[in-house]
Amino acid sequence: MRAPGVQQVAGRTTYRLARPSVSGVLRVRALVVGLVAAALALVTLSVSVSIGDYPVPLPDVVRALAGSGDPGTLLIVRELRLPRAVVALLVGAGLGMSGAILLALTRNPLASPDILGIAQGASAAVVAGVVLGFGSSLGTSGIALLGGLAAAAAIYLLAWRRGTTGYRIVLVGVAIAALCLAVTQYLLVRAQIFEAQRAVLWLIGSLDGRDWAHATPLAIALAVLVPTALATMRWLTLLGLGDDTARGLGVPVQTARLLLLLIGVGLAAFATAAAGPVGFVALLSPHIARRLAGVAGPPLLGSALVGSVIVLVSDVTARLLPGGQLPVGVVTAALGAPFLLILLARANRAGTGG
Amino acid sequence: MELRAERLRLAYDARVVVDGLDLEIPTGAVTVIVGPNACGKTTLLRALGRLVTPKAGTVHLDGRAIHSMPTREVARRLGILPQAPVAPDGLAVIDLVTRGRSPHQNWWRQWSTGDELSVLGALRATSMLEHASRPVDELSGGQRQRAWIAMALAQETPILLLDEPTTYLDLAHQIEVLDLVVDLNRQQQRTVVMVLHDLNHASRYADHLVAMKAGRIAAQGPPAEVMTAELVQDVFGLRCQVVTDPASGTPLVIPYGRHHAADAPSLAG
Repeated sequence: MRAPGVQQVAGRTTYRLARPSVSGVLRVRALVVGLVAAALALVTLSVSVSIGDYPVPLPDVVRALAGSGDPGTLLIVRELRLPRAVVALLVGAGLGMSGAILLALTRNPLASPDILGIAQGASAAVVAGVVLGFGSSLGTSGIALLGGLAAAAAIYLLAWRRGTTGYRIVLVGVAIAALCLAVTQYLLVRAQIFEAQRAVLWLIGSLDGRDWAHATPLAIALAVLVPTALATMRWLTLLGLGDDTARGLGVPVQTARLLLLLIGVGLAAFATAAAGPVGFVALLSPHIARRLAGVAGPPLLGSALVGSVIVLVSDVTARLLPGGQLPVGVVTAALGAPFLLILLARANRAGTGG
Repeated sequence: MELRAERLRLAYDARVVVDGLDLEIPTGAVTVIVGPNACGKTTLLRALGRLVTPKAGTVHLDGRAIHSMPTREVARRLGILPQAPVAPDGLAVIDLVTRGRSPHQNWWRQWSTGDELSVLGALRATSMLEHASRPVDELSGGQRQRAWIAMALAQETPILLLDEPTTYLDLAHQIEVLDLVVDLNRQQQRTVVMVLHDLNHASRYADHLVAMKAGRIAAQGPPAEVMTAELVQDVFGLRCQVVTDPASGTPLVIPYGRHHAADAPSLAG
């Protein structure tokens, strides 16, 4: 029996308080990675707000965010530029956490919302709305949300009712994605040129012209879904040992899986609704976060923070590049993919496996 | 803590695997279930551990229907180790074993003194303490199986169900794992139910032997009474001779194939 406090037990740092009886394992490396990612996200957020046609020096940005400064700067920072940066932060967080949940839930490294057809379902719905002229009362975000949820429901019914995981769910997801893509392309070909232009603008996945009307629903969704995800994290960890072992350890497997799937899909669908299908973030973030943190399963908060950093850095990069604005989705893939490849190559050399 | 199956009917969709089966697991003993492939022994074990829901009949745990109990409550009384479980890449042994504590934990209390005693005790009992910080996927087959058994031990349940715990292990590691199971039974008075393929291991390590054939119990009782040439012929369709194991004094099954059976008695029969 050890005294309360921080102890090293078999290579792990553990903590235990006598009263209240709080105890657990302290993952120092994961904690440091999380704090660094959070700091990086805040710095990039400030940089994102400071750059533009009328540059605002960083100290002024910080002052304006705190509520002081001249009216012109306040308007630029708080009304014109902050919403875009906040949408980037939240979209990255939502996609990163969604990727981590789906990855852990399916135990398949490829199962991210943009491979499984959730982003494609949202896209098809939005394009159908624009081209066929329905659902304007729902708004683009509402339609995207319904499309994403519909794709997820189809995957659940076709692949998951019997508790099948692994390859089957990815194959079904890829099929759903292909189907939705075909619908999108058919609609675009059949559409009037003006409608097609409007639809394509959304399909690219862009943060241009995002205001508080985009940020608010996403912020509310995250405020509900993120704490729920964290509360069910222990189920997710145990499901990583397989359904049978998880149930043997007291996890109500069916309920847990359905709830976690809803959270994962909801996060991806709300993020996609706000910024369009920003590719690759959901796939990359959990892998990057897991390797940086040195833990076995993808860390939920870590993946969310890494996602935020990827989207914010990509947006800043896209705006700084000469030759006009690139859509953020192009940059997320161009920046994130090499980073993942480097991590994988280092892991192989170190002999620690994928 | 008693475990009992009553008029159990188990099926996958329309395919009935077990029908009308009654079984009482002796408390504090090692029960081994044997039988040919597809006889329903794994399905039965999974039903005893509430991983399969019966189409009819009941599994009773301490007089209560196990399938209507909250699964977390069951997890504090009964541990089940499925066949060939797989750990996520990079998961350390001690983290795997700590997961066995989850039925006793909540989100703010994840390393209580009880957790620490159980986890270290389980690692010690399985001789895995020295490997505690190694990733499970880097271990040898025998070490890996011991790590999973340590996880089941840390769960601290009076009843332990093991599905073929010796699969994929070489003979030395098989004996090591089975000896460990007997230690747990004798030192900690845990009730153990195992599915095994090897009839000689089953005969040596079981207090109570259950032989299954086509979803029914063909015979059960002490191995010396159950494991006979007639039973092996009936259940497995294999001709054999049963002698006394010179090491343990338990039944030893010597099978006759179509070849290499020069001295086989009454081959024509």
